[in-house]
Amino acid sequence: MSATATATTAPATAAAKERRPGAARAYLAYLGGKLAGAAVSLFAVLVTSFFLFRIIPGDPVKSMTQGRAVSEDQLAALREQFGLDLPLWQQFTDYCTKAVTGDFGTSYQFHAPVSELIWEKVPNTLLLTGVAVVLYTMLGLWLGTRAAWRHGGLGDRLNTGVALTLWSVPGFWLGLLLIIVFSVGIGPIPGLFPTGGMEEGGKEGFAYIADVAHHMVLPVLTLVAVGYAQTLLVMRSSLLDEMGSDYLTTARAKGLRDDLVRRRHAVPNALLPTVTLIFVNLGHVAAGSILVETVFSWPGVGSLFYQALSVPDLPLVQGLFVVFAGAMILMNVLADILYPLLDPRVGR
Amino acid sequence: MTADASAAAAATPGALARARRRASAARFWAAYRKQRAGVVGLIALLVIALVAIFAPLLVGSDVDNVTDAPGKALEDPSAEFPFGTDQFGRSVLGLVVYGSRISLTVGLLSAFLCVAIGTVVGIVAGHFGGWFSTVLMRVTDWFLVMPALVLAIVLATVMSRSVTTIIIAIGVTAWPTTARLVRAQTLAIEARPYIERAKALGAGHLHITTRHVLPNVMPLVLAQTTLAISTSILTEATLAFLGLGDPQVVSWGGMLQDAREAGAVSSGHWAYLVPPGLAIAAVALAFTLAGRALETVLNPKLGVAK
Repeated sequence: MSATATATTAPATAAAKERRPGAARAYLAYLGGKLAGAAVSLFAVLVTSFFLFRIIPGDPVKSMTQGRAVSEDQLAALREQFGLDLPLWQQFTDYCTKAVTGDFGTSYQFHAPVSELIWEKVPNTLLLTGVAVVLYTMLGLWLGTRAAWRHGGLGDRLNTGVALTLWSVPGFWLGLLLIIVFSVGIGPIPGLFPTGGMEEGGKEGFAYIADVAHHMVLPVLTLVAVGYAQTLLVMRSSLLDEMGSDYLTTARAKGLRDDLVRRRHAVPNALLPTVTLIFVNLGHVAAGSILVETVFSWPGVGSLFYQALSVPDLPLVQGLFVVFAGAMILMNVLADILYPLLDPRVGR
Repeated sequence: MTADASAAAAATPGALARARRRASAARFWAAYRKQRAGVVGLIALLVIALVAIFAPLLVGSDVDNVTDAPGKALEDPSAEFPFGTDQFGRSVLGLVVYGSRISLTVGLLSAFLCVAIGTVVGIVAGHFGGWFSTVLMRVTDWFLVMPALVLAIVLATVMSRSVTTIIIAIGVTAWPTTARLVRAQTLAIEARPYIERAKALGAGHLHITTRHVLPNVMPLVLAQTTLAISTSILTEATLAFLGLGDPQVVSWGGMLQDAREAGAVSSGHWAYLVPPGLAIAAVALAFTLAGRALETVLNPKLGVAK
């Protein structure tokens, strides 16, 4: 059985290669172009962050020492310490070489290297938002498929209406309400979930995992509620585009059940546009969690960003800006790399 | 109706154009009226706009006065204060009514700014082509990839705290989608024969872009603006909640931040928290519904899909 399977597929792939001798090279050229574009984008991010934080605030040392009494000597010493007395172009090259090696300077408020502070928090953010993105993507795809397959019906209108309403709700507000209802407790409902943080502390093994999961329920719920609408709408409209296609009529004509037509023929094709969206959402993971992490005091990069803003701790804000933008660029490149492999019509 | 049309045809070209515009406006309204969700959104917007304009008449003109507040701190809802009071003893209802002003102002102005930038970039990139257009679209793509909220937060952090800062921060980060749409539309319009005719008659770049392309992209731009307003209002609330808004101005996002800092969450004082958030959601939803309805009416291809 398996022997025949390989026997039939092997000539097929050989034939495919024969038909398109330049395909692999075309893909490599496409890949090279996308990677070069990403490198340029990343460089532009560095340039932007450099000039945003050095040109606009006027004197960084002044804003650093805002509200404190400092003498001229102290200001001069600070300028020297941060290399601000050097010519601008030299500051810029210094900044770029340091940034490439992952050095974003020292945080004003934590007196620790910015990169260390950020790396410490990255796993927590990935855990929270990773779970949320997986859940809301699945929910959005499922509801979007249902809405499109029976489009115009009551279920469709209800589905789309609820999604649009939740989309218009500010996520941080929804989070605050969930805390009031499910953590503080309202009326007969007792406080079921913790108000914030990630763990009680002092727990190990399975109890620790259960504790973290318990803390994750409300923030994940918030992220899912606000996030699934976009996936739903994209999936719905892309499935609607496929619905009129001839190949679906063919599939029905050969006697497939409605369910199979949807699952095997329509949905796989309609999934293509949502793939890009999933990657873009993953890129938003860090940035999108700023508010939810802040509201639920989740110890991730989002709440770190909030802490940096309130000072403002410029090196930390700057480092996080580069990280957030870098994550977006990385995810877009990944989407660009994968897309032609999934959809052969693209990138040739 | 036909008598009207023939009378207009006999009149001057100006009158003819006016009659044609009236007819197309009537056609548009008839199509829009069929979008039930869009009509609901439009009515909601009218009500909210009236509330914002007549705020002083509805709740008095000194609701945001901290020193001479009428109630005690964090009162529960009562006949005098339907949503209770904030930590300074001010009426939450009055603050929510006043908050609509800043929300709508920032929403409208920053959406206008971002759509204006997007339209200019899109038309220029679509009309001129060549390396200049390539560079312009590269920049657009770069902005499209940037996390807009983070960029807006960073801009609001490094500039001074004011309403203008917020408007600029939202406006300069949210334009790329519009630019892409407008560019595609510009390319489609410039491929039509009447542009060639205009060129043959000696029309310059300015004439073609402002007299032929712009009127044709306007419907799309209008729908885009409506959708941009709802995003802008959400971003404004977010920035204010993060403490980046103007502390002197009452805004919904700022109220939520105050409520959180006053401990309304941990004490379960929901009356202070619910109204500002509902107001944000209602305005954003109303603009989204109106924008989607506009899009459906103006883009018949999308209309079939809906």
